[in-house]
Amino acid sequence: MNLTGFYTLTYKELLRFSKVALQTVMAPVITALLYLLVFSHVLEEHVQVFDGVSYTAFLIPGLIMMSIIQNAFANSSSSLIQSKVTGNIVFALLAPLSYLEFYLAFVVAAMVRAVVVGLGIYLGAIWFVELPIHSFGFILLTAVMSSMVLGSVGIIAGIWAEKFDHMAGFQNFIIMPLSFLSGVFYSIHSLPEFWQVLSHYNPFFYMIDAFRWGFFGQSDVSPWFSVSMIALVWAVLALVTLWMLRTGYKLRD
Amino acid sequence: MTVAIDIQQVHKHYGANHAVRGIDLQIAQGEFFGLLGPNGAGKSTLINIIAGLTRMSSGSVSVMGHDVVRNYRQSRQCLGVVPQELVFDPFFSVRELLEIQAGYFGKDRRSNRAWVDSLLDGLKLSDKADANMRSLSGGMKRRVLIAQALVHKPQVLILDEPTAGVDVELRTSLWAFVQGLHNDGHTIILTTHYLEEAENLCQRIGIINQGQLIALDTKQALLERGMGKHARMFVELSRPLAQIPESLQALCKQHTETRLEISLERGQGAIMAVLDTLRAAGADVVDLKTEEVDLEDIFIELTRRSA
Repeated sequence: MNLTGFYTLTYKELLRFSKVALQTVMAPVITALLYLLVFSHVLEEHVQVFDGVSYTAFLIPGLIMMSIIQNAFANSSSSLIQSKVTGNIVFALLAPLSYLEFYLAFVVAAMVRAVVVGLGIYLGAIWFVELPIHSFGFILLTAVMSSMVLGSVGIIAGIWAEKFDHMAGFQNFIIMPLSFLSGVFYSIHSLPEFWQVLSHYNPFFYMIDAFRWGFFGQSDVSPWFSVSMIALVWAVLALVTLWMLRTGYKLRD
Repeated sequence: MTVAIDIQQVHKHYGANHAVRGIDLQIAQGEFFGLLGPNGAGKSTLINIIAGLTRMSSGSVSVMGHDVVRNYRQSRQCLGVVPQELVFDPFFSVRELLEIQAGYFGKDRRSNRAWVDSLLDGLKLSDKADANMRSLSGGMKRRVLIAQALVHKPQVLILDEPTAGVDVELRTSLWAFVQGLHNDGHTIILTTHYLEEAENLCQRIGIINQGQLIALDTKQALLERGMGKHARMFVELSRPLAQIPESLQALCKQHTETRLEISLERGQGAIMAVLDTLRAAGADVVDLKTEEVDLEDIFIELTRRSA
């Protein structure tokens, strides 16, 4: 294995997003905190989802996970589409890096950005409300696994997209709706039955539900079932991504 | 001959387009090789196949004995490629880019620092080491591309039209640098549209047209091949000619009232035959000059013949 190559590609991806940290870290943290401010102010007195848990506290893990999802996706997808459009992806393709090293580097970088953003939101949010931690290990496990899933989706989108418009379509018509309709702002038990059933086909629902369990010890479905679903989705997406990288799909003509 | 690049029966299809049609080519270690051909001939496709950027449909390619598909790690370690386009990552400085590129090839930052510094120095980029790529001129960006291709110390360097759009001064300094690399033992493969460059620099030249290698020889042999058969003849007349004789019209490439440029198929009496024809048409020849063909003539003739 080309360990130095893998480390360098990971470092480059980390350096890339850290050079524009205002856009890649600060902006999503501020956006999530604004959501928190508005929704908690409007709904705090009217909605209670879990027993003994205020709506503001309920909302925070959902917002953190939504940001993890969006930022893990954004990191790998934007890096790849920019490299493809500007042509500088050629430098990584000329290098003796295997498809596995390439995949892992992008996923690790996506994971780091997602977790940093998530941590930023957590540190900002705990000023608003006291947030219990039921299982730190479970919180970390869910955050890492979810960002691996979205890091993989980002690679798939980045390879597939041929222009920024394709990427915007992927982001706005797949990632955004799925993340908003996954129980960030509500429990799926409050939905009509049809939408409840449909929510079970949304992988983001399991990410948010399991993540929330890590804070409150309460969830809509079993946390272990959720983690299994996330692992299954990740395995399928990882195989698809590795196949794309191995065959050079849209990268090596 | 120790082979640096070995290309065996390489084909590349893009759907119905047969872009590379069974090319066989061996380039020796330490050679300065020129790959010429018109736009769309298949030069860049062939280079991309060597570099692993394009997958061949069939055939095999090895770099320094390493198959580019089966042993891609080793073959890429031996190869540096300067791409045709001025591509760069706008997030990084020159030094960061070079360190990152070296890292991809397994060279860590500390152990490779002296080599990066010497490349920056050799390519006159030392004072721009910490500048962002976006702030550099086109010529400087081109030099960074060369440094990136050399940062992992490859034995073989491919330059894909490196002087396109580069001013004369920079072109001269780039060639001095590349000549230095060649003198140090690097194998250099150059594609260019400037045939004069190929003529001055390359020891052997391959000409590709429509995906096929239509000529492959030493520069001297190619020139001699052309010289033996063709020449240009310039004729000065004392007064304008009423009409160019019919038998010369097809051979006359350019003319003014008193000056004709005639493409000549050399052979016994060819010059005399032209002069006799002109005299018979009432021309008064006051001066005569013949010129050998250069690489450009051979290139045009070969690509036209194979079209």
